[in-house]
Amino acid sequence: MIPPNFEYHRPATVDEAVGLLTSLGSEAKILAGGHSLLPMMKLRFAMPEHLVDINRIPELSGVSVVGDDIVIGAMTTENAVIADPILNEKVPLLPEAAKLIADPQVRNRGTIGGDIAHGDPANDHPALALACDAVMTVVGPEGARQIPASEFFLGTYWTALNDDDILTAITVKAFPNGAGFSYRKLKRKTGDWATAACAVVVALSGGSVSHIRITLTNLGPTAIRAHDAEAVLSGQTVTDELIKQAAEKAMAICDPAEDLRGDVEYKTAMAGQMVQRAIAEALSRAN
Amino acid sequence: MAKQIVKMTLNGQQIEQLVDSRTLLVHFLREQMNLTGAHIGCETSQCGACTIDIDGESVKACTHLAVQCDGSDVKTVEGLAENGVLHPVQEAFYEEHGLQCGYCTPGMLMRSYRFLQENPNPTEDEIRTGISGNLCRCTGYQNIIKAVQSAATKLQDNETASA
Amino acid sequence: MNAPVKTPEERQAELQGMGDSRLRKEDARFIQGKGQYCDDIKLPGMLHMDIVRSPIAHGRIKNIKKDDALAIPGVHAVLTADDLKPLNLHWMPTLAGDVAAVLADEKVHFQMQEVAIVIADDRYIAADAVEAVEVEYEELPVVMDPYAALEADAPVLREDLAGKNEGAHGPREHHNHIFTWEAGDKAAADDVFASAPVTVSQHMLYPRVHPCPLETCGCVASFDPIKGELTTWMTSQAPHVVRTVVSMLSGVPESKVRIISPDIGGGFGNKVGVYPGYVCAIVSSIVLGKPVKWSEDRIENISSTAFARDYHMDGHLAATEDGKILGLKVDVVADHGAFDACADPTKFPAGLFHICSGSYDISAAHCSVKGVYTNKAPGGVAYRCSFRVTEAVYLIERMVDVLAQKLDIDKAEIRRKNLIRKDQFPYTSPFGFEYDSGDYHTALEKVLDAVDYKALRAEQQEKRNDPDSPTLMGIGLVTFTEVVGAGPTKMCDILGVGMFDSCEIRIHPTGSAIARMGTITQGQGHQTTYAQIIASELGIPSEVIQVEEGDTSTAPYGLGTYGSRSTPVAGAAIAMAARKIHAKAKKIAAHLLEVSESDLDWEIDRFKVRGNEDQFKTMADIAFAAYQQPPEGLEPGLEAVHYYDPPNFTYPFGIYFCVVDIDKGTGESSIRRFYALDDCGTRINPMIIDGQIHGGLTEGFAVAMGQQMPFDEQGNLLGNTLMDYFLPTAVETPAWETDYTVTPSPHHPIGAKGVAESPHVGSIPTFTSAVVDAFAHLGVTHIDMPHTSYRIWKKLKEEGVQL
Repeated sequence: MIPPNFEYHRPATVDEAVGLLTSLGSEAKILAGGHSLLPMMKLRFAMPEHLVDINRIPELSGVSVVGDDIVIGAMTTENAVIADPILNEKVPLLPEAAKLIADPQVRNRGTIGGDIAHGDPANDHPALALACDAVMTVVGPEGARQIPASEFFLGTYWTALNDDDILTAITVKAFPNGAGFSYRKLKRKTGDWATAACAVVVALSGGSVSHIRITLTNLGPTAIRAHDAEAVLSGQTVTDELIKQAAEKAMAICDPAEDLRGDVEYKTAMAGQMVQRAIAEALSRAN
Repeated sequence: MAKQIVKMTLNGQQIEQLVDSRTLLVHFLREQMNLTGAHIGCETSQCGACTIDIDGESVKACTHLAVQCDGSDVKTVEGLAENGVLHPVQEAFYEEHGLQCGYCTPGMLMRSYRFLQENPNPTEDEIRTGISGNLCRCTGYQNIIKAVQSAATKLQDNETASA
Repeated sequence: MNAPVKTPEERQAELQGMGDSRLRKEDARFIQGKGQYCDDIKLPGMLHMDIVRSPIAHGRIKNIKKDDALAIPGVHAVLTADDLKPLNLHWMPTLAGDVAAVLADEKVHFQMQEVAIVIADDRYIAADAVEAVEVEYEELPVVMDPYAALEADAPVLREDLAGKNEGAHGPREHHNHIFTWEAGDKAAADDVFASAPVTVSQHMLYPRVHPCPLETCGCVASFDPIKGELTTWMTSQAPHVVRTVVSMLSGVPESKVRIISPDIGGGFGNKVGVYPGYVCAIVSSIVLGKPVKWSEDRIENISSTAFARDYHMDGHLAATEDGKILGLKVDVVADHGAFDACADPTKFPAGLFHICSGSYDISAAHCSVKGVYTNKAPGGVAYRCSFRVTEAVYLIERMVDVLAQKLDIDKAEIRRKNLIRKDQFPYTSPFGFEYDSGDYHTALEKVLDAVDYKALRAEQQEKRNDPDSPTLMGIGLVTFTEVVGAGPTKMCDILGVGMFDSCEIRIHPTGSAIARMGTITQGQGHQTTYAQIIASELGIPSEVIQVEEGDTSTAPYGLGTYGSRSTPVAGAAIAMAARKIHAKAKKIAAHLLEVSESDLDWEIDRFKVRGNEDQFKTMADIAFAAYQQPPEGLEPGLEAVHYYDPPNFTYPFGIYFCVVDIDKGTGESSIRRFYALDDCGTRINPMIIDGQIHGGLTEGFAVAMGQQMPFDEQGNLLGNTLMDYFLPTAVETPAWETDYTVTPSPHHPIGAKGVAESPHVGSIPTFTSAVVDAFAHLGVTHIDMPHTSYRIWKKLKEEGVQL
């Protein structure tokens, strides 16, 4: 398993990177953590002529608070997400879920931005971004623009990014006070992608649901937000019966691809299980 | 395709080498630097036999380009013992029978070495998770876990002794 | 100044002999990254070989275009079957009496079959050249199901065998039929079944799996055109056999062929065979006059090198109404893939499958195994087991559970009733095996007590009664017997070479020693444990005994390491060689002490004159004397060689117990407890035995719970990387509890039986027994492996179990 040869570029700034992507055109690929791209190249499914390595652009890494916003650099690694005190305090879903991604070594290389920009419905961050109402900052030849997560994922391996765009940051807001959260991921073994996974963020007000997000991983061509399921719980005092109804609504929008992890029926049923368990866990943490 | 110059610190030595853009770090180490401790098991970043340490983090060298290490501090299993003295994780793997065929061992050692700096006093479950990026076909992990526990104790004893 | 006199206990401890949990001699190099595995070998001027493989499972090769590949700078050659034809090397004989294509000759028979090779300056250029070779195929209908392969109008897979109605193991009844092999007494079994009060039947599939050692296969072939010598470093579990095969194939005299198995990164049966890659690298080196390295990648390893199992089995038991088993019948359809390349003793095309009467006293039994060609990769190795013993043990253990369920008898009770009793050993099985020793009942009760079986059954009943229980609880129990240590040369050979093994020991003048064996360690720790046998036999500390294996130019001829044969066969050769030295040493001691041999007693490390404690000669004293001035009539020196032909196999056994909890919602299973009691006879190094058992249990867990090689209808192997092929991490792997009893083998010089494969063989049916038991109250008697969450969930759904 040997990758084909290519020209290697290592820009020091985002502008330089965008300039390279613009001048090199569609034969160039961005190298972030490399744990999706390099295996694809080794299998010669991907044969880019140029790799633009954005690992050494300092402005792309790290987490900062800007006003109400929490800005996560796209090249922040999964392990950095797990360890980050700001995220653990304000958006604890992200560090908790990141622990379920790949394995310790891969999490040192894999980045939140790479996970999102790849457009792979099996990746975990797209559903997490939907659950956190994230906004993507994208820089292209025309400058920066903001794209909400809800408009970012267009299809399998298809996002709102153009060939000469770079995803530079993911911006989220702190969870409402007392919000509960959960990410339940069924997988065959450590390092695997989800057979089915569900992220839930829930806040209560006077015992009824004042904020709810239910999103799904690897259960359709993109990550999915289960609006109908949310509607079942929104404003309600949650009961087991309502959780079951919400799960059914979520299952109704699942459109998973059959693979070795299971057929459509199984994955859809597992979506129901993960949704129920994630809601229950999130509620148990909400106060 | 153009060759690239990489400069790095490799097991404490400054080196400067010419590599192809596409040269994988594990091949660079094994074939260009003759450091054959890091092994190739799966080539798709599951097995961890190629685990080394780059700038204080465990990395799978099969899914990393040599050229990306320019300016980095790289440590392989060959650099674990210092001045002929085995590192406590090496001693512990030997004493607890934490290896059989030895093929996963350099990766396991390098991961354990780094893991115990991340978490000096781990529980059994934390060890299992901490080495979950490394596959072993021989030991069933049970004695590897014992070895990591033993190494943790040794490292803490060393710390106490030097404090 | 006199050194303090050591007590016998101190002297004994210093030896680190048998029974000592001696730390491993091998480890120093491995923990420092200084092991030398095949891919670590680098020779001056070495070229790299890579392989062009078929993307389809069945097709005719229309054209192979090499030009673009040859035009790449650094590419030395591109070779196809047509290039090997003049050397008559485009096909090679298999261990099973068939032939296999080295490079596809006109047709491809399975996906990833070797079609062409490229040789280049380095592996990167070779990989580019592989991409540049264009092969045009005409696709042919694919046959993936062995039953479909035997239909009258099934496509002809092996056109090269047209008109060959007689195979290596008897008549071929169909163009895709390889052999039908039978054992036992069919008439007697039929009689028992005709009159038995109770009979049960169960169909089961033991799916195709792959041993998947962490190191893939590879070699470095180096032919010296001036000396005419061929040296090859190879990932081989049987270097001597390879040397013989290579000499036969290449025409290079065996004396000029040297095969070296360096450090091996796990074998588990995968490194027994001779693969096209090895042959091609050797041919390339001979043709080009330069060293050539071939290192397989993981996808190639899983897709094309030897698989294991793939047995479609129908088991039948006849019994009395109170559960006494009367008869056993088994019919197997064995999917051997495109070429019959099973690694079995020559006379046994289904290996030792006829151990399938297991640990039970059954008077009449018959089994029949039908080998079939399909469009899958060839192989059929013993994956961490003796030849087809895993399949046999799975079959009988499943059948005993099925019978127990039918009769509503507890699975422990039915075993108590049918296990061979201690007083029946040596026991001759209905298939003619003579079980050497065993004490099954004692071991069974020990395990049931240790786990508190009754309490677990009570807990299970509570869970079954509680509709709100989120889990199903299953209890697995297996009482297995292995047959290992192949084997007596009167029964067992590989390509005509008897399956003896060998040892050569040389004691140096200063009392240290070197020992060389015909086996080869792949992690079992031979360099540690073999020395312990010699230490105990000869009174020389293990620490000063060097053990070498794997180099055919220095080691005596042996058949290699697989089928748990190292301790039963080579271990015996070691003891016997040591005893030859011991006998000579005694003569020298008698001479030195000026007494007769009959006046001497052996104690730990010395011969003492009986009745005079102060008069003794240690083995070190004797060694020096042997080289200085041996007694008249004795040759100088102190060394011996022994080729050991075992009188029988050995029969290790074990009692395994498992508790599994199954999530009713997801089908996920959690192994709450796994208790493994093994009896491998005399225990040489308890630390290493425990390590081997942990490893074998983990491999068994992997097979039972997740491993499979799924194909689509076009013959594409789905899941050929370690993302899909299940190798458990530390997170998935259960914690293991081990225990033991000791029932030595009466015919083995040190009473040892071999252990490393028992945990694999025994654990797999234990997991299935537990998973099925979780559903037993619903009337489920069997569920095929692998017990993935997905498959278990489907069963939950089928049975109407809901959270």
